Amino acid sequence: MNLEQVFNFKKNNLLNIYCTAGYPNLKDLPTVLKALHEAEVDMVEIGIPYSDPLSDGPTIQASNSRALKNGITLKRIFDQLEQHPVPIAKIMMGYFNSVFQFGIERFCRRCQEVGVSAVILPDLPLEIFIKKYKKTFDDFGLSMIFLITPETSEERIRQIDQLSTSFIYAVSQSGTTGKTQGLEFTRTFLGKIKNMNLKNPIMMGFSISQPEDLTLVHQYVNGAIIGSAFIRQIEKSTDLKKDITSFIQHITQKQFA
Amino acid sequence: MSTQYQIDEEGFYGEFGGAFIPEMLYPNIHELQQQYLNILNEEDFKAELNVLLRDYVGRPTPLYHATKLSKHFNTNIYLKREDLCHTGAHKINNALGQVLLAKRLGKNRIIAETGAGQHGVATATACAVTGLPCVIYMGAKDIQRQAPNVARMKLLGAEVVAVHSGSQTLKDATNEAIRDWINHPQDTHYIIGSAIGPHPYPDLVARLQAVISEEMKTQMQGNPDYIIACVGGGSNAIGAFYHYINDLDVKLIGVEAAGFGVGTNKTAATLQLGSTGVLHACMTKILQTTDGQVIEPHSISAGLDYPGIGPQHAHLDKTKRVLYKSVTDEEALQAAYRLSQIEGIIPALESAHALAFLEKQTFLPSDRVVVNLSGRGDKDLDVFIKNR
Ligand SMILES: Cc1ncc(COP(=O)(O)O)c(C=O)c1O
Repeated sequence: MNLEQVFNFKKNNLLNIYCTAGYPNLKDLPTVLKALHEAEVDMVEIGIPYSDPLSDGPTIQASNSRALKNGITLKRIFDQLEQHPVPIAKIMMGYFNSVFQFGIERFCRRCQEVGVSAVILPDLPLEIFIKKYKKTFDDFGLSMIFLITPETSEERIRQIDQLSTSFIYAVSQSGTTGKTQGLEFTRTFLGKIKNMNLKNPIMMGFSISQPEDLTLVHQYVNGAIIGSAFIRQIEKSTDLKKDITSFIQHITQKQFA
Repeated sequence: MSTQYQIDEEGFYGEFGGAFIPEMLYPNIHELQQQYLNILNEEDFKAELNVLLRDYVGRPTPLYHATKLSKHFNTNIYLKREDLCHTGAHKINNALGQVLLAKRLGKNRIIAETGAGQHGVATATACAVTGLPCVIYMGAKDIQRQAPNVARMKLLGAEVVAVHSGSQTLKDATNEAIRDWINHPQDTHYIIGSAIGPHPYPDLVARLQAVISEEMKTQMQGNPDYIIACVGGGSNAIGAFYHYINDLDVKLIGVEAAGFGVGTNKTAATLQLGSTGVLHACMTKILQTTDGQVIEPHSISAGLDYPGIGPQHAHLDKTKRVLYKSVTDEEALQAAYRLSQIEGIIPALESAHALAFLEKQTFLPSDRVVVNLSGRGDKDLDVFIKNR
């Protein structure tokens, strides 16, 4: 399924798992995707490892450096996805420089060829994307996903909603990834976006690590995104399939049972 | 004033610059973009900054006619003595300006990155004198090689955080400072130490360092033939060039750190070896692999050990308004030893790169050559002694 089909088919309790490509080992990506698909995760965010991941906290930074040491490159990620296709909705997440060096058009084409539906590039601002790159993304049917935070003004959220074609990524708190202080404080933000009745689905990410975080997010918006907590889970895994299944069962409790 | 060398409305210098920031920083950067020019032009801001620059920093810094060095090179060499600034380098010009700006933006916590420790010391000093708390991020490797500056920052009341990621130098300290800012969007102002980073920082820092060339204009009758400055991120250089950029009779020369040499992989000569990409939220020239991973640079001078360069310099290079050259670790060391012995001035290793360029060019006896002596060498004594 592609992303659009997922959202047409299911409106609530969606789960998106972030995994760093090339992590824990160079060729693990297809195994990870397959295990996530079999555990009924709705979509995956495939992280493109980068030497300077500015929006990420220590966990994802470490996974990025390890994957780079393993020898992962963007070209290899696409090749792995091509050679071992897994029918789960796919999003690519990375930093603009990786895509810029690969070549924007070449990147979009490869995404289309391997069935990637959308892209998250946190350091490519909306304004520059629209002006310089949107047309190429449109040509290849690739959606760009924009972030909003508790600090984003209502006016800007509405603008982002107009320009989005897939979902909006709501960042739970203004900060880097991987904090674990709980999500109670984010209820105000969740309430605000719920009441705005935006046209696009909303997925919330950052700091979601416990089953109760997921429950809370699912009360307000369409779905949740888990990154650092998942990365920690598979860091030392010797049986990815087993560890991923048990992590998903734990985090979702009965919700998907 | 011609604008071809300055930013456009979107914060670009030609193809370079911009603000490639995550949405988490949008409110902060947007506020800064909207406010910085207004604040810099406020009468009371200018008055407060000018008093501090005069009575606290010790400006104007002299333009010293270095007669013995002139004789050695058979030309006329003038040293712009930024090394005589309080705290020992030009970095204080920017730090004080930005602390005053932060206060006007209602921020009550300051963060900064530092390489050589000069910007960290300058920021800690500016925070002490204005009563703001500050946190300085510094690569673990730099903490070792610039120990005196670490001790100074702590004495001044700053918290120094060691950064262990990546190459453990300036690039990584900058990443960590940006991450801190993402985590403290409301109360914190980030004082970038060079003419790098997202728009409006390159322009903001250039304007605060422009005092260097503003003074030169009054200290020298007519234009010099050359102005030479070292370039890490490019703040002392842009400050020394700023008011001469449209005076095409002045040859402007930026000197990068070649490390072991541009033919080796231990270098920081970004403009010679780099390609276009995004680093620290701006489009510029960077040292990177074909896969877009940033390469760890090398320079004996911590303040030049940076894999990028300010976007305005990338543009000044592209438009050929400024000529960029590089000198090696060894050449910089020799230039530092020479200045110490024949002029009695121990320069910072960074500034020694600008001095080393004097060897690379033949000047006419009638030429007037200004070298921006960006800082003093106290912090580098260990390196000088070890390599002697
Ligand atoms: C004395 C001195 N000169 C030059 C530099 C390089 O920075 P920039 O290129 O921004 O002037 C530094 C940086 O730490 C420095 O301490």
